[in-house]
Amino acid sequence: MRYEAPDSLDTAVALLAGARGDARVLAGGTDLLVQMRADILDPELIVDIKKIPETRAVTQEKGGWRIGAAVSGAELKEHGALKKAWPGVVEAANLIGSTQVQGRATLGGNLCNGSPAADSVPALIAAGAVATVAGPKGRRDIPVEDVMLGPRKLALEKGEILVSFLLPPRPKGSGDAYLRFIPRTEMDIAVVGAGVSLTADGAGKITAARVSLGAVAAKVLLVPAAAQAIVGSSLDRAAQDRLEAAARAACQPIDDKRGTVEFRIQVAGVLARRAALIALERARTS
Amino acid sequence: MPQTNGNGHAVAQTYVGTRTVRPDGVDKVTGRARFGADFSLPGQLVGRVLRSPHAHARIVAIDTSRAEQLPGVKAVVTRDDFPDQSSEFIPAGEMLINYRDVVRNVLAREKVLYEGHPVAAVAATSVAIAKRALKLIDVQYEVLPHVIDVVEAMRPDAPLLHEDLYTAGVEPKPAKPSNVAKRVEISLGDIEAGFAKADVIVEREFTTQPVHQGYIEPHAAVASVSEDGSTEIWCSTQGHFIVRAHCARLLGLDIGKVRVTASEIGGGFGGKTVVYLEPLAVALSKKAKRPVKMVMSREEVFKASGPTSGAHIKVKMGATKDGRFVAGYAELRYQAGAFQGSPVQPGVMCAYAPYDIENVKVIGYDVVSNRPKVAAYRAPGAPISEFAVESVVDELAKKLEIDPVELRLQNAAREGTKAAYGPKFGPIGLVDTLHAVEKTNQYTTPLGEWQGRGVASGFWFNIGGETCASLTVNEDGTVSLMAGTPDIGGLRASLAMVAADELGVPYEKVRPIIGDTGSLGFNFLTGGSRSCFSGAMAIVEAAKEIKADLCARAAKLWDLKADQVEFKDGHVRATGAGADKHTPMSVADFAKVAGKTGGPIGGYGRINAQGAGPSFGTHLVDLEVDPETGRVTILRYTVAQDAGKAIHPSYVEGQYQGGAAQGIGWALNEEYIYGADGKLQNAGFLDYRMPVASDLPMIDAILVEVPNPRHPYGVRGVGETPIVPPMAAIANAIERATGIRFTDLPISPPKVLKALRERGLNHPKNGS
Amino acid sequence: MAKHHVTATVNGDEVEFLCETEETLLDVLRDTLTLTGSKEGCSSGDCGACSVTLDGRLVCSCLVLGCEVGGRRIETIEGMAKGETLHPLQRKFLEHAALQCGICTPGVLVAARSLLERDPDPSETEVRYWLAGNLCRCTGYDKIIKAVMDTAAELRRR
Repeated sequence: MRYEAPDSLDTAVALLAGARGDARVLAGGTDLLVQMRADILDPELIVDIKKIPETRAVTQEKGGWRIGAAVSGAELKEHGALKKAWPGVVEAANLIGSTQVQGRATLGGNLCNGSPAADSVPALIAAGAVATVAGPKGRRDIPVEDVMLGPRKLALEKGEILVSFLLPPRPKGSGDAYLRFIPRTEMDIAVVGAGVSLTADGAGKITAARVSLGAVAAKVLLVPAAAQAIVGSSLDRAAQDRLEAAARAACQPIDDKRGTVEFRIQVAGVLARRAALIALERARTS
Repeated sequence: MPQTNGNGHAVAQTYVGTRTVRPDGVDKVTGRARFGADFSLPGQLVGRVLRSPHAHARIVAIDTSRAEQLPGVKAVVTRDDFPDQSSEFIPAGEMLINYRDVVRNVLAREKVLYEGHPVAAVAATSVAIAKRALKLIDVQYEVLPHVIDVVEAMRPDAPLLHEDLYTAGVEPKPAKPSNVAKRVEISLGDIEAGFAKADVIVEREFTTQPVHQGYIEPHAAVASVSEDGSTEIWCSTQGHFIVRAHCARLLGLDIGKVRVTASEIGGGFGGKTVVYLEPLAVALSKKAKRPVKMVMSREEVFKASGPTSGAHIKVKMGATKDGRFVAGYAELRYQAGAFQGSPVQPGVMCAYAPYDIENVKVIGYDVVSNRPKVAAYRAPGAPISEFAVESVVDELAKKLEIDPVELRLQNAAREGTKAAYGPKFGPIGLVDTLHAVEKTNQYTTPLGEWQGRGVASGFWFNIGGETCASLTVNEDGTVSLMAGTPDIGGLRASLAMVAADELGVPYEKVRPIIGDTGSLGFNFLTGGSRSCFSGAMAIVEAAKEIKADLCARAAKLWDLKADQVEFKDGHVRATGAGADKHTPMSVADFAKVAGKTGGPIGGYGRINAQGAGPSFGTHLVDLEVDPETGRVTILRYTVAQDAGKAIHPSYVEGQYQGGAAQGIGWALNEEYIYGADGKLQNAGFLDYRMPVASDLPMIDAILVEVPNPRHPYGVRGVGETPIVPPMAAIANAIERATGIRFTDLPISPPKVLKALRERGLNHPKNGS
Repeated sequence: MAKHHVTATVNGDEVEFLCETEETLLDVLRDTLTLTGSKEGCSSGDCGACSVTLDGRLVCSCLVLGCEVGGRRIETIEGMAKGETLHPLQRKFLEHAALQCGICTPGVLVAARSLLERDPDPSETEVRYWLAGNLCRCTGYDKIIKAVMDTAAELRRR
């Protein structure tokens, strides 16, 4: 098994594109190493991208935030300005695993692991994040909701590396939140995840919203109908009911060792509502 | 100040009852302490196990030739390397072991009976080579239908695990073999007459799932066999003398030629009272002529080491309208895993043990199924049966409109009560624990919406058993203490305190170690909550020898008769007239003149400890249910339990808190999850959900002390009872919070939410 | 495939080792550097028994490759005491009987030290959530939390 740690994106892309056997990107390693140890993966080549500066930077860009794909959750939590602008994204990244896991796990890895239960992905989708990908044919941007196509299936070609995420500028009166349901208080994979990002006017009326659900379908969902259910409202009871119904209607979950179909559908509605309420409260006080 | 307990043993207690720092503590907080996998021998090989991918299959053929030829592979073993064993039941912990089953669990012979069942093992010069070697072993299986569930396994048409298993305990002996290994029964009085007297009857069925002991340290062993058959084993175990016995028996070795050292052990809870890797490591080392080290992965621990039984339970209880229990009936069906030996017998015996009921009948069935063979787990069998009974007691309390603690007080076993399983209780502390709980601030704190309070009591018998310990007085007056039961969590501190008080020496001058099997006579394992109970007894005996010896030496020195000297308050003193002519001599004083007065000073306690007193406990839990998701949060928890005498209060509290935490996990989230293919789906800490720090509140521990009159210090074992009450306490609290009685463990969120939705209750009362 | 040659700092000492790509930092610490204080409980990042700090960041060493740590600074349980002087956390754990079998203790101590270095006054809830990745099966966490909070209080008094 080869290990390379290039300090340039071009070298990394070339290594991946030219690999004959299975080649994997290493960022935090909190999924890759577990899968290797369990003999699920046996890559021929590991490309560690953490020495590539672009993947490790958090910068402001065009009024928004660009977050490197290999920035750890713990580092995001320590970034005061980012946390202020996008508390939902930062809290989602810091729900992954444990304190130790957050010390390594990255947004890029969480998305590219391809699990519909990934904690940070619903928050990124709700935020309207766009992933910048670099490959042999150059760069391209992909909305995060279009990156994961299904369990362990990504819209990336051979040789492509997810480099960074761009979060859009935040209008005044915006807030986001991510909630997940797990049976314990920590350490579980999300049984359901809900990310909501919204903007409200001075009167507390929602003028824009995005709602994303995780662990309830083969990929993380963007649910436009759920957003429509609350735009124009101040999340009164009726709007909450509409939101719950729309969230539930979008679910296509499975029965597995973490939850039943019935449970996931029911709780998806509850969490979407609760996340929206928190996001609205954050919007009011932002 | 001298304190005497019921059996007249009087010793000044300077240390016993205080919170000393444990003597093995510094090594544990610095990482220096050596656990099973921390030990290595020069030239050692890595051992790995090939395990069955099927839940049930006949082994048609095993071909190890390709593996043996791989460079770096030094030995391969299969069933052919272990002679077959005849059927013989021997006690081990609270369970009975049949060597014919043991040898088959160590390595499959005719069949594989669970996914993970070992089929072969290799020793190689590196992990990578060992892994590759496993892939080169060809096993031909004839896959058979499997059965997982206990009720399914009892059906006459269920897939049969053992063609020679005929249900024991039924007359006449069944004509056909089945998966039901045994039927047991206890009874007292006349159960039908009892129900006839009842004004209120509650009848319920319950199910529980297998749960694992969950020790953080996987099994690990290093074995080294010399050319003359001398065998050294280093392993993480609760019973190194048992490991010695098993390895000797399985491999045809003289017991005296096998020396086992118990490493520090990273948790056992009963799961390390059996052998898995040790015989394999010995067999591999014998073949390879080099030491072999074997460590289980976490996945192997879950798939191939024994959890406790899952069960199906029926309980029926009758009471008069003023709250007197008049009848207690139960049927327990426990699954044993691949080989017989579930803890259904203790489950049967403990079910109604907390109560004084005239009419009791409990029937139990031991049922095999295609899962790993169960191993002991903290009060084996009792948590299951008492979960069911304590839940029904709570329902009776509600129906009778009597406070659940009051109802238990009314019916509690006390001194003189005849237990349904046989003996009359001596002094016991159940009533005290119930009163202790009633007096807590928690008991009367008002609760809010969707919050509930539950209480449950529990019992475990505890055992004594064969124990040897030695005390040696060194030349400088320090005392070396050697015990023979692995220290799972504070034993050395407790024994050192007892030795210090017995001999009147400072605690810091007593250095305790756990001796290997070559250094002491037979010690039964650390289990049955016996190690402090029996160990302290053995230390008292060892100290008696020293005290008698020192008195004899003093008598000689002072030219007195034997009855003119005594050992008191750490010194030999002359008694009677002219006593002050002789300066009292301490142990340290004698140490200086040991050689001149007769030789080295030491004492040896060799006992079969009797008189273990049962420990009763009562738990109180406050919790909150989220009606929209079914999630249960534990808000407050109190354990009150009778320790007899807490030698070291902190470690007794630790047992209460740890057992309660395991019970909370058992109640809410822990379970083995199988697919239809008979394979375990959650063989890791991610999906086998044990409580984490943020799941729990502080756990208040109330030490009740009703001394055990048959122990020199009044000690009762405490380690196991704490896991018995939590599941019912929690089920009872959830019933108060939701109005719904949950009877199937774990009471996980999908189950709770489903039940709430069915009743239209899944909304917070004040909409948010 | 030739092994990687790595130089790093462990508990203040420069170390040099060879490792295969697939060997984790935990494998290297235990098997190559014979620092067996960090424990292997699960190899999947779910138990925290292997906790170390990497450039001051609390991580599971089973989730870091040996070949990733070139030039980095690693602190393990073995480096927590200074000569004969135990770290206050180590002392308090003994006082409070915050360990029974002790297998989780190295990981818990490393994690707790990391917390107190960042937050000298954590609430009980904050301590519990910080330590959620450190499984303990023996203690029910009660005395562990008390020991950490008591240590924090003592350090604040200094």
